[in-house]
Amino acid sequence: MNSCQKICQVGAGALLALLLGLSWTSRADESSFAAERSDMVAEVELYALLAGDTMGEAVAESVLASLGIVERHEFVPDTQKRFAYENRPLPIGHGQTISQPYIVALMTNLLEPDKDDIVLEIGTGSGYQAAILSGLVKQVYSIEIVPPLAHEAEARLERLGYDNVTTRLGDGYYGWEEHAPFDSIVVTAAASHVPPPLVKQLRPGGRMVIPVGGRFMTQQLLLIEKTEQGEVKSWQIAAVRFVPLTGEH
Amino acid sequence: MTQLRFVLLATFLISSAAIGYEILLMRLLSIVQWHHFAYMIISLALLGYGASGTVIALGRRVLEPRFALVFATSGLLFSVTMVACFAIGQRVPFNALEIVWNPRQLIYLTGIYLVFFVPFFFAASCVGLALTCLKAHISRIYFFDLLGAGIGAAMIVVALFLLSPQNALRLLAVLALSASVLMSPAVPLLIRKRLMLAQGVCVAVLLFGLPQGWLDFRISPFKGLSQALQVIDTKVLAQYSNPLGLVTVVESPTIPFRDAPGLSLNTQSEPPEQLAIFTDADAMSVITRYDGNLESLAYMDDVTAALPYQLLDGPRVLILGAGGGTDVLSALYHGAREIDAVELNPLMRKLVGETYADFAGHLYEDDRVNVHAGEARGFVARQSGHYDLIQIALLDSFSASGSGVQTLNESYLYTIEGVEEYLRHLEPGGMLAITRWLRIPPRDSLKLFATAVEALRRTGVDAPGRQLALIRSWNTSTLLVRNGEFTAQEIGSIREFSRSRSFDTAFYPSMPAGEANRYNILAEPYIFEGATALLSDRAGVFIERYKFDITPATDNRPYFFHYFKWSSLPETFALRKRGGAGLIEWGYLILIATLAQALVAGVVLILVPLLLRKRDAQGGRRARMGSYFFVLGFAFMFVEMAFIQKFILFLSHPLYSVAVVLSGFLVFAGMGSGYSTRLVQRFDGGKYSSVTIVVAAISGITLIYVLLLPELFARFVGLPDALKVSLALFLIAPLAFCMGMPFPIGLNRLAEEAADFIPWAWGLNGFASVVSVSLATLLAIEFGFTAVVLLALGLYISAAALIKSKL
Repeated sequence: MNSCQKICQVGAGALLALLLGLSWTSRADESSFAAERSDMVAEVELYALLAGDTMGEAVAESVLASLGIVERHEFVPDTQKRFAYENRPLPIGHGQTISQPYIVALMTNLLEPDKDDIVLEIGTGSGYQAAILSGLVKQVYSIEIVPPLAHEAEARLERLGYDNVTTRLGDGYYGWEEHAPFDSIVVTAAASHVPPPLVKQLRPGGRMVIPVGGRFMTQQLLLIEKTEQGEVKSWQIAAVRFVPLTGEH
Repeated sequence: MTQLRFVLLATFLISSAAIGYEILLMRLLSIVQWHHFAYMIISLALLGYGASGTVIALGRRVLEPRFALVFATSGLLFSVTMVACFAIGQRVPFNALEIVWNPRQLIYLTGIYLVFFVPFFFAASCVGLALTCLKAHISRIYFFDLLGAGIGAAMIVVALFLLSPQNALRLLAVLALSASVLMSPAVPLLIRKRLMLAQGVCVAVLLFGLPQGWLDFRISPFKGLSQALQVIDTKVLAQYSNPLGLVTVVESPTIPFRDAPGLSLNTQSEPPEQLAIFTDADAMSVITRYDGNLESLAYMDDVTAALPYQLLDGPRVLILGAGGGTDVLSALYHGAREIDAVELNPLMRKLVGETYADFAGHLYEDDRVNVHAGEARGFVARQSGHYDLIQIALLDSFSASGSGVQTLNESYLYTIEGVEEYLRHLEPGGMLAITRWLRIPPRDSLKLFATAVEALRRTGVDAPGRQLALIRSWNTSTLLVRNGEFTAQEIGSIREFSRSRSFDTAFYPSMPAGEANRYNILAEPYIFEGATALLSDRAGVFIERYKFDITPATDNRPYFFHYFKWSSLPETFALRKRGGAGLIEWGYLILIATLAQALVAGVVLILVPLLLRKRDAQGGRRARMGSYFFVLGFAFMFVEMAFIQKFILFLSHPLYSVAVVLSGFLVFAGMGSGYSTRLVQRFDGGKYSSVTIVVAAISGITLIYVLLLPELFARFVGLPDALKVSLALFLIAPLAFCMGMPFPIGLNRLAEEAADFIPWAWGLNGFASVVSVSLATLLAIEFGFTAVVLLALGLYISAAALIKSKL
């Protein structure tokens, strides 16, 4: 055996070991991600319980189940993967964030998703919110204004098999006329006002949810409901139980 | 032999560049990060001075024989690092907004702190070394140091009008390099060649060869401008810079900007196309396209800010904060007969009135419109006429307001004295209208209400509740303060305006509780309950029990955006991960972090190295000597910081105030220190020591200023800028002159009695200065500026007591 062959052999052996190692690591990652995800869901459930009646009602089992299924680590950049199941918002590049799982759960819950619902999402971001909704409703339409995010999310959702999510790059202000009216609309991007066309595209009896606050700190959720008569009402819903006066718990 | 005049000139240049760099860094970091870094920068500069003092004290024997070489090398390194550290510092992936979630951000913050410490260390080494090595000329060197710093502060403000911030940085680097070149002839020939080669390379790199993009701003991706530029097809149309800010105009043709805060959920109309203007990459304001067709502006009637126009017919309007002209347009839409608008930044006026005049429909050329460049409070104060409506526009961005990063911004717009001033300029039946972002649980809205109640009471109104109305949408609130009681008809209009747009009435005279919280439903009718409580005799208890600080801001404590209460922190901190992060005012906690950082860095870099020296004086004396210089460090900085803040109101902008007050204090303190030797010769040995006399003078002048400055400012705030600056310097001169003396007097005494202790004196004084910057702001937020000044006086008096007997 000449030295060249030796080198090749050793190299091949090393490569094999590396590949085996990688696949083992990957399996280990998968199982540890699953465990972390289940811890995350338990944390979200606990927080929702602690928030109590500020939310009106407890987070539905189906929403928590969806949170337990969707692989959040697939929706964050590699550098953030190890934090994927921490219950906090994470930067995903382009100045955007993936929302805190707890807030995603609350928002999804407020939409009162039903398996026959058609939902519009403004601000696809990483695609995580759409993925959570995917298992709870019939169809999700999602619009993103930042081109690389839109393309990445589209590819990701397709790769992960979220077939009932349709995304496009464009202006969310005018909703998605050809698929309107929507049973619910979730706006994940901040705006100075609620676009009137979105209110128009909400079906009577439908709900719209918008998080209020900065990218890393949601202050409260704005819930808009269109009554069967077409009247619009709104609620400011706190994510935590907090009374602004001392001595009034 | 080093020629003295070269040393003096080099010292002058280094000090100019150092203070210029300090001010420029505040600007640069306000652009790439946020405003509260200003405090960190001042403390960094002082830390550099303190630490270099320590190093010189420890390495004196090695450094002294190589004075020219070390000075020239330090100057060169100062020049290189001031550019390099800016490039490196903005590459540290620090994200202020993520601090709540990710403790690693604190490490990044420390990283930034340490990076920016380096250039100041080298600058200070030049000056410190000159003072140490040329003892016979200490007073002249000290004078040139302070003179250079004083002129540098003024120079950088002028430079920022003429140059981009990056080129201003290059200019400062060239100044430092010139100092290094000036010292070269005294360097031994063999090394001189290498030194000159390095200097030549530096000049070439600075002027021509900086790698592409090195100095480009790397703005936080979470600031408004960065966010806007992510959107498809957006582009920067123009970018301008002056000391007041970096102004960027952005166009978004595919997905237009549509800024309409507080737009009713019922509305059918949309804002027309808009251009966005970002100041320091945030605080978005818009220029709205106007083609003369008022119909296109119908949306302007469906925001809470439109309320006053329902009650006033063809009013004479004053708009404080014209921004991109939206409120001027709204006033025209609503039929105002005359509009005065004030805008702080002349660039903004130029953009709307000239550069984009076609887009804005030649808004500012309308006969009814007059736009003035200036500061709002000052403008109102010098008006002799009266208005039917004074409107304070919503100019800060919601994200800034929401994340609590404004906590440390002083604002004289929303103080009790400010509201009193506006009320004095209202016609009978006229109104003050203030629109703010609505935060839940309420902060701004209730604090403003409390401010208005107090201002009305101070103007002699017995029942302020008869003159106040407050409405809200889901994200804005508009407060009306009427000069006189609201009529039944006006109240009817307020109710109808709100009902038809699904806005909630949060307060109006005799409002029934059942009318609150109808359309945009909060867990409780917080604002109505709060407003009612603030008008009742339990207002004090309510403010006390409220979990946010809603005590009205005053000119003495102008922190309207400060809502932080220590007592609420345990609860809000525990809730932070459960959706309660927005309940914490992070800006304040960052100030605390800066203070903690300054303390640790000061101990590690200044005090620990000094401890390593062998003990050289007896315990009791050491304690007293140390205390004297320690106390002086606090006292000087407290007075200086308080004056910077006090003069903001008079000089109209924080940056002008920093430049003028710093220049004034440095130059006149320098003169004072020069004079101190003569004072000592004249008085010491007599009945009163020189320090006692100086401290008595400082106390007298300061007390007079505490009493008279508000009155003086009110009287002269309307003067042209040049006169105001002269008056400010005139006022600062005697105080700073006296304040420049106690330190050199103490040093001279030490030189005679305990020379070995001199490094400790420098170190302790430097350490106190570093810490006192953040501490002064904290104290001002809690107790007001007058308290800070009085505390400084107490410290000066204790210093006099400490030095009274022999050290």
